[in-house]
Amino acid sequence: MAIASGGGHWEQMMMLRDAFAGHDVTFVTTLAGLGERSGLSNVRIVPDCNRNKPVRAFFALLRILWVIISLRPQVIISTGALPGVIALALGKRLGARTIWVDSIANAEEFSMAGALARNHAHLWMSQWPSVATDNGATYAGSVL
Amino acid sequence: MIFATVGTQLPFPRFLSALDAIAAKHGLDIFAQTCDPGASYAHMKSAAHCDPATFDGHIKTADRIVGHAGIGTILSARKVQKPVILYPRRASLGEHRNEHQLATVKSLENRTGIYVAYDDEQLEALMLRDDLEPLRSDDSPARASLIGYLHDYIGA
Repeated sequence: MAIASGGGHWEQMMMLRDAFAGHDVTFVTTLAGLGERSGLSNVRIVPDCNRNKPVRAFFALLRILWVIISLRPQVIISTGALPGVIALALGKRLGARTIWVDSIANAEEFSMAGALARNHAHLWMSQWPSVATDNGATYAGSVL
Repeated sequence: MIFATVGTQLPFPRFLSALDAIAAKHGLDIFAQTCDPGASYAHMKSAAHCDPATFDGHIKTADRIVGHAGIGTILSARKVQKPVILYPRRASLGEHRNEHQLATVKSLENRTGIYVAYDDEQLEALMLRDDLEPLRSDDSPARASLIGYLHDYIGA
């Protein structure tokens, strides 16, 4: 299961999709139409949310929980933002291996979502070597 | 045509006013995506938001892309292999939550095809240059490395 909010997070997930070759992958995003634009059919939509809207975030959580229970993914990967953190937090408790790839937009410090994801990610990555070193994260390259 | 974008989250009037002045002074053909339903400019065509298909049409038609230093601006230019001029938002001027756009441009400004304007004079100069190199989408070693690492981790 590969989850990314619409916009730059989704674009980065699309640039990493070759990493899922040979696996049965379902994409999850927040904006209808993005999957079709990238030629994908196995896409689920969940509500977008941010930390300023706790009620909406709670409904997003319920939807994400439902997607995870119905898919039972072995691996959950996210490039951001808050819906991805929720998916990692729930997925890890339900036995999935979890991966966070922080957005390349964060060249000096982890994003707020990335910092939140730390405790819920088996593999916690930055796309900048110095950010990874400063925070004890993994660096293995970047989308650019 | 030059396509200007400020992303989907926040307006960026300082940048768009500078562009409008440059368009007026030099007669440039600019279409701006403003993220601001109330905005209109005397010397640029504009829209608050563009749906994905319209956005793709604009970046394909443009000969260069100019925008706030968001990752969407950079990846869009890379997708159509056009030069990109970045004008970072300043948190010190209330234009974003923190200074990550300055950090982004400092890390990327030496790459071929990425040009950074820290002020309006630099923006004007870059808008007029006719020797800008495109931002190529050749597969970078860094991307291949990240994909390989993730592929191995997922398969393990």
